[in-house]
Amino acid sequence: MAKIDMFTDFFYTLRKRKVPVSTTEWMTLMEALAKGCISNLDEFYYLARAILVKSEAYYDHYDVAFQEYFKGIEAPAEISEQILEWLKGPLNRMTLTEEEQALLDRMDFEELIKEFEKRLKEQTEQHNGGGYWIGRGGTSPFGHSGYHPAGIRIGGESRGRHAIQIAQERRFRNYRSDLTLDVRQIKMALRGLRELSRIGPEDELDLEETIDATAKNAGEIELMWTRSRKNAVKVLLLMDVGGSMEPFALLCSQLFSAAHSSSHFKDFQYFYFHNCIYDNLYQDIERQEAISTDYLLRTMEPDYKLLLVGDARMSPWELMERYGAINYYERNETPGIVWLKRITEHFTHSVWLNPDNPSIWPHPTVQMIGKLFPMFELTLDGLGQAVKKLIVKK
Amino acid sequence: MNNDGFDQFKGSSDYVTSEPLRNAVNVSIALGRPLLIRGEPGTGKTLLAHSIAHGLRKKLIIWNIKSTTKAQEGLYVYDTVQRLNDSRFGDRDVSDIKQYIKLGKLGQAFASPEQVVLLIDEIDKADIEFPNDLLNELDEMSFYIPETNETITAIHWPIAVITSNAEKELPDAFLRRCIFHYIEFPDANLMEEIVRVHFPDIKNSLLHEALKAFYSLREIDEFRKKPSTSELIDWIRALIAGGVAHEKISSEIPFIGTLLKKETDYDYFVNNHMTRIGDTFFTRWRR
Ligand SMILES: Nc1ncnc2c1ncn2[C@@H]1O[C@H](COP(=O)(O)OP(=O)(O)OP(=O)(O)O)[C@@H](O)[C@H]1O
Ligand SMILES: [Mg+2]
Repeated sequence: MAKIDMFTDFFYTLRKRKVPVSTTEWMTLMEALAKGCISNLDEFYYLARAILVKSEAYYDHYDVAFQEYFKGIEAPAEISEQILEWLKGPLNRMTLTEEEQALLDRMDFEELIKEFEKRLKEQTEQHNGGGYWIGRGGTSPFGHSGYHPAGIRIGGESRGRHAIQIAQERRFRNYRSDLTLDVRQIKMALRGLRELSRIGPEDELDLEETIDATAKNAGEIELMWTRSRKNAVKVLLLMDVGGSMEPFALLCSQLFSAAHSSSHFKDFQYFYFHNCIYDNLYQDIERQEAISTDYLLRTMEPDYKLLLVGDARMSPWELMERYGAINYYERNETPGIVWLKRITEHFTHSVWLNPDNPSIWPHPTVQMIGKLFPMFELTLDGLGQAVKKLIVKK
Repeated sequence: MNNDGFDQFKGSSDYVTSEPLRNAVNVSIALGRPLLIRGEPGTGKTLLAHSIAHGLRKKLIIWNIKSTTKAQEGLYVYDTVQRLNDSRFGDRDVSDIKQYIKLGKLGQAFASPEQVVLLIDEIDKADIEFPNDLLNELDEMSFYIPETNETITAIHWPIAVITSNAEKELPDAFLRRCIFHYIEFPDANLMEEIVRVHFPDIKNSLLHEALKAFYSLREIDEFRKKPSTSELIDWIRALIAGGVAHEKISSEIPFIGTLLKKETDYDYFVNNHMTRIGDTFFTRWRR
């Protein structure tokens, strides 16, 4: 029974650490192990990662799970023994037919475990060809460190580190999508803001399809039209700066950098405000160059994707009242909430990105603004969801 | 089950690989699953397939994916235009449809009498449905041509290498079938090795100065396109050809246009990170 615990525990640890492993992939790992693809824990580390993890964004989750699971077994010899012991387990050599695999895919994990346990019982009586794995020790086909045939370049990693140490380094921490953002990551997320073939009128002549159709039509010309393949997305970014947004200045400037350097938008416009939007928006962070909000709404097409960034946190009168602006000289004739309402009604797609942790969103003005705009946390995941919201068809 | 028989990729002399990458390649070969390679531009994704083909002495079939590529084209195309042409002006027997069926890259890989390496380059360029459309054929290693009532079945499954820049997310169903490896952008040590592959006789002083300047440029987040390995190699070629003294490399970045290919990046850098003294521009980096 110890073996099955070990086997399932690793799977559980991965799941607990939010590596999205499917049973299909787990089966593939079993298949690879059964084929003798590894002979020690270091190789296991890379093998399991290559099969189970499908994005560098989860490499760090994997490292965390791996450490957690294999920690305390520091001596390499011990590790190898333990892992080999584990790998010898009959389950690992089990190969599944396609139907079984399909069945397993549809089962939930609890059921899966039961199924494994049943199989384990069936197989315990069988002879266990123990030499199978040990016999391969050192002759694994998977390029041992130090294997250095002439004329072949082996680059990179320093030798002599072991899987646990590699996992402990957590060098992929910055690739995670659920922690802080960097410009590269934001850019990746913004790449989701694309509208290609599926949207828009069919107004481009598709030459190939036309020739094809004409040929099939025995030479009778038939024109075929298609949708433009250029990205049609235009972006408007409105950012709250100063005051309570100060701690997020870096984050906001990263978002700005990313949007500004994303070359794939058809157009990108940006303006600043402080706390709430009133009669004017500003072209610069210092809020010197004003542009009237009304003018903006009259001149900007409604299909600009609107991203608002701010903590939405202010005194209720700043949002609700005439002359409520925190800056006395703004003397806003129209309450902020009315402006926000006009804005949300003007644009077909808009989102509000809030850098505050959602645990402190229960606040009067945050709640009110959250009713006007779908609000997302300004993390990579939140940004990803916001981007999805911005491209849904309406 | 025994895997001693399969070909092992150990690398090749013109390509620097890491151990995890080699392992990923070999797992994908052993299991007969496509290898999905992701990484920033210039990290050697495309070159990997060449290296595998070269290292294992196998033919390489390259399928370059564009935004308009359809999965069907990889299987076969029915050249109706030729047939129409022949029916009007030619003397070929147009009822023999077989002669108008042309196998696509995947079709060729299946039909090849020898195992080949199949590179599906930049799969993320295509429509989001593209990878899913290929799943069936990759799983079954066969496809049916209704026009000729033929089934093409793979004689050997190809060693499939698929590259992506992660511009678009790939569908889960597709990902589950792949072996995945992310090539990290090389650190300075690895980059040194890569550069030496291309310039075996390069002087240490020049190489180190060039790498220093290169990695400083890569720190700048405002660039639309950060310089990558290929730009570095072009730049070093220019530095060597121009006989540039290594002291000048960081302070003036001669031939900076080879590193910053986009005009906006070039302008941005010159305006924000360089100062003009006399006729020469100097970087504002403290030396
Ligand atoms: N590991 C390496 N060994 C030797 N040369 C390399 C290596 N990686 C990159 N290069 C050099 O960088 C160039 C770019 O590599 P390659 O075209 O394979 O990159 P890529 O990852 O496919 O980039 P892209 O995403 O732009 O297609 C190569 O032509 C080669 O000169
Ligand atoms: Mg490439």
